[in-house]
Amino acid sequence: MRQKLVLIGNGMAGMRTVEELLKQDSDLYEITVFGDEPHGNYNRILLSPLLSGEKSLDDIMLNRTEWYAQNGITLNTGKRIESIDRKRRVVIASDGAETPYDRLILATGSRPFVIPIPGKDLPGVISFRDIHDVEAMLESSRTGKHAVVIGGGLLGLEAANGLMKQGMDVTVVHLLDTLMERQLDKPAATLLKASLEARGLRFLMQARTEAFVGEDRVTAVRFEDGHEVPADLVVMAVGIRPNTELATRAGLYCERGVVVDDTLQTYDPRIYAVGECVQHRGETYGLVAPLFEQARVCANHLAQYGIARYEGSVTSTKLKVTGIDLFSAGDFSGGDGAEEIVMQDAAGGVYKKLVLRDNRIEGAVLYGDTVEGAWYFQLMREETDISDFRDRILFGRHHLGDSGHGGQNQAVLMANDAQVCDCNGVCKGDIVNAITQKGLFTLDDVKTHTKASASCGSCTGLVEQILASTLGGDYESPEHKPMCKCIDLTHDQVRAAIRDQHLKSVRSAMDFMEWKTPDGCAACRPALNYYLISTWPEEAADEYQSRFINERAHANIQKDGTYSVVPRIFGGETSPAQLRALAEVAEKYDVPTVKITGGQRIDMLGLRKEQLPGIWGDLAAAGFVSGHAYGKAMRTVKTCVGSQWCRFGVQDSTRMGIELEKLTWGSWTPHKFKLAVSGCPRNCAEATIKDFGVVAIDSGWELHVGGNGGVKVRATDLLCRVETETEVLEYCGAFMQVYREEARYLERTAPWVERVGLSYVKQRVVEDEIGRKALFRRFLDSQEIYQFDPWEQRARGVDEHEFTVMRQVGG
Amino acid sequence: MDPEWLEVGHLEDIPRLGARVVRTPQEDIAVFRTAGDEVFALRDKCPHKGGPLSQGIVHDRSVTCPLHNWCIHLDSGKARAPDEGSTVRYDVRVENRTVYLSLSPVAP
Ligand SMILES: Cc1cc2nc3c(=O)[nH]c(=O)nc-3n(C[C@H](O)[C@H](O)[C@H](O)COP(=O)(O)OP(=O)(O)OC[C@H]3O[C@@H](n4cnc5c(N)ncnc54)[C@H](O)[C@@H]3O)c2cc1C
Ligand code: SF4
Ligand code: FES
Repeated sequence: MRQKLVLIGNGMAGMRTVEELLKQDSDLYEITVFGDEPHGNYNRILLSPLLSGEKSLDDIMLNRTEWYAQNGITLNTGKRIESIDRKRRVVIASDGAETPYDRLILATGSRPFVIPIPGKDLPGVISFRDIHDVEAMLESSRTGKHAVVIGGGLLGLEAANGLMKQGMDVTVVHLLDTLMERQLDKPAATLLKASLEARGLRFLMQARTEAFVGEDRVTAVRFEDGHEVPADLVVMAVGIRPNTELATRAGLYCERGVVVDDTLQTYDPRIYAVGECVQHRGETYGLVAPLFEQARVCANHLAQYGIARYEGSVTSTKLKVTGIDLFSAGDFSGGDGAEEIVMQDAAGGVYKKLVLRDNRIEGAVLYGDTVEGAWYFQLMREETDISDFRDRILFGRHHLGDSGHGGQNQAVLMANDAQVCDCNGVCKGDIVNAITQKGLFTLDDVKTHTKASASCGSCTGLVEQILASTLGGDYESPEHKPMCKCIDLTHDQVRAAIRDQHLKSVRSAMDFMEWKTPDGCAACRPALNYYLISTWPEEAADEYQSRFINERAHANIQKDGTYSVVPRIFGGETSPAQLRALAEVAEKYDVPTVKITGGQRIDMLGLRKEQLPGIWGDLAAAGFVSGHAYGKAMRTVKTCVGSQWCRFGVQDSTRMGIELEKLTWGSWTPHKFKLAVSGCPRNCAEATIKDFGVVAIDSGWELHVGGNGGVKVRATDLLCRVETETEVLEYCGAFMQVYREEARYLERTAPWVERVGLSYVKQRVVEDEIGRKALFRRFLDSQEIYQFDPWEQRARGVDEHEFTVMRQVGG
Repeated sequence: MDPEWLEVGHLEDIPRLGARVVRTPQEDIAVFRTAGDEVFALRDKCPHKGGPLSQGIVHDRSVTCPLHNWCIHLDSGKARAPDEGSTVRYDVRVENRTVYLSLSPVAP
């Protein structure tokens, strides 16, 4: 029989947990949900736009009652749970009905704080928490004229803005002299206040409310100094308290919130708690992003996987008042050892402040121009050392080169029919519709439902922006992006486990980390295989079936299912004999298209799979090896003619290129890897858009890293200068090796260098000589094993089954 | 109607979590083998843009198309939601590790 799972609290965190659980295991539990509100599950964040009239009730529903029925969940709306009997394992509703449980989730959210002053219970004095409150506010706005909002924090301002939009005359009363003091510093708060005033809001700062005045209904607010402001409606928004009543009564240990551990279990292990009612490692949270992370971990535990842990969250805030751009994150109070970078343009209404400690972002406040908020937030959470671009950081990431997830600022301005995902042809409008109609919250959801960002990933940043702007500023990219749906661990965690636990095969890695799917998927298997062979080149077995067809068949699959073949031409230098051999082979196999590639090689396109071993045999006989043009591997070394022929060349770039290619060919990397060598700073080989670029100078060689000429062009960063060719080879091997050992699968060097910082790369490859030599050694060791020609092997019959049909019938 | 069973080879001819192609005058049929040695057969054409499913990565009872990553259920030939579409399925029988294929397509 299925176990009984009961959820108390039909809100955002609780239902998110249930949704995650259904995704992981829909059969394990018989689920019953209790909510004391009379609705299905709705998006509480969107109450502000509901109030201001920008959204309708229908727009904000997440799961309608039909959804519960379809998923076999018993939903009790408008039913309050009064107590929990932990001995008998039942919950007792206000009508006395008892429901037994094997496991219980508490997600009771929080309660608005009500200041205990006379008149607080008068009709017309309300808080801002649920649909009922919004209905009451809308009702008052139809009959009354004056509204007073107590509290100049996030909620108070959103309420005030909404009421003003409904035509009321609104006064905001705040105890302190700065608005949103928890999120903003003085200058930003001043700008905010000015622009809200310009829209028609009135403020009473540093005002102490003494009483709400009225007979049957509130009519005015009285202050300590005796003066009164008329009020047909008072909204109290002075803070929230975790709703722990039920938990306390049930004898569960609570402090400010219900205390839970990293698996979201309370002191009674059968009882979980998630959401605003929770206190975890001393913190309580009032925003959805951390609650969703909790939900994910809790569901994982309920589904009996038990591998995920919640370790707390860093949060950021945005104000959902249309036309006001405000972003804040982390601790911006500064203090000892902290530094500030500030940009202030009071007339232009722009203010930006970053608080740094040891060159890492500790807090950020942005007003007026918040397009870089997501980026700063990411840098903050990943604790990136920003010293390399500290002087430009306030101008934004597009001033740094744009190989990562660019396009932060484009989303809002984009037209609905503008194409976002070029791989899958998805327009902004499709994404927005999917998000609103299907109630999507995460990048993953958008990927599965629209295919946007499901292929090359270069539009990921843009999709995240659209998600953020569509959800009304409540979206944050999750802190720890899991590797894929098969596992809750991140790439880095998986990699660490492979190293620390000495895991040597895809199977043992999946077993150890308790993969959720039997054999993973097309995303995680190739990644795992790569991590295994790059970590244990000598011990791990390269797993054939975990490689994408290109690498399995050592040729590039094309759109019609044929293949293309690119032999290696070292350094781009060839000879009449080689060209003749290529021409003959191409004729013999009737190659439909022969093309010179952008990397100075010759591509033969349109071969049928069964032709491959034959053509490879012939190419091998003519002295060619595979160009690995199909692999996440070292691809080409582009060169110019350099000092051999060129008037300007100061070094022999062609020979240098050939040496580099001989050193590095055959090596697998997290993503494709390209090199180039130019004979002088005129840089004809375009070395500054390559993963590793070498430019000859009078005194030796300049080494560049992290360039990308692909989807997002990025020029390289200068790594260092060296004098000898031996050094070029050693630095190149060492650089490739750190990249191989530490970058995430499918992360090219450009975003990797941006993520870890150029200083880090310099430290590992340039400054630490012993370390560099060790890296280079490991590179060579791995090359001992992996530098072989897969074509020659297959021409000899290795993996023959790959290239032959199983059976030919008739014909 | 008794389908005509055609012997196409040994179970071992198909790699675990892999596929092989049986070529007929009409079309290519992809024969898949799961980690648990179950065998399935589908028309070797992805319902999306005709990608060769036999070349995809096999996981559990499904295959991910090598062209644009649609995921197709091996037991039904249907694309995994939210994608829509399906490809023709063929019956397979394994006896004493010999694989028999029926050449009459099973409508999706
Ligand atoms: C107006 C407004 C705007 C917001 N804007 C943002 C924003 O922009 N970004 C952001 O990240 N967050 C925002 N938040 C906060 C966010 O909505 C909350 O953090 C989130 O909803 C908390 O989820 P939860 O499940 O813990 O609690 P809730 O969503 O409050 O759900 C708890 C539910 O449990 C019910 N319940 C409680 N006790 C019982 C009982 N004994 N029996 C039955 N049912 C019970 C409650 O009635 C409620 O429906 C906003 C909140 C409000 C009110
Ligand atoms: S990079 Fe310098 S050496 Fe090379 S071709 Fe151009 S000008 Fe000549
Ligand atoms: S052809 Fe199969 S996914 Fe496009």
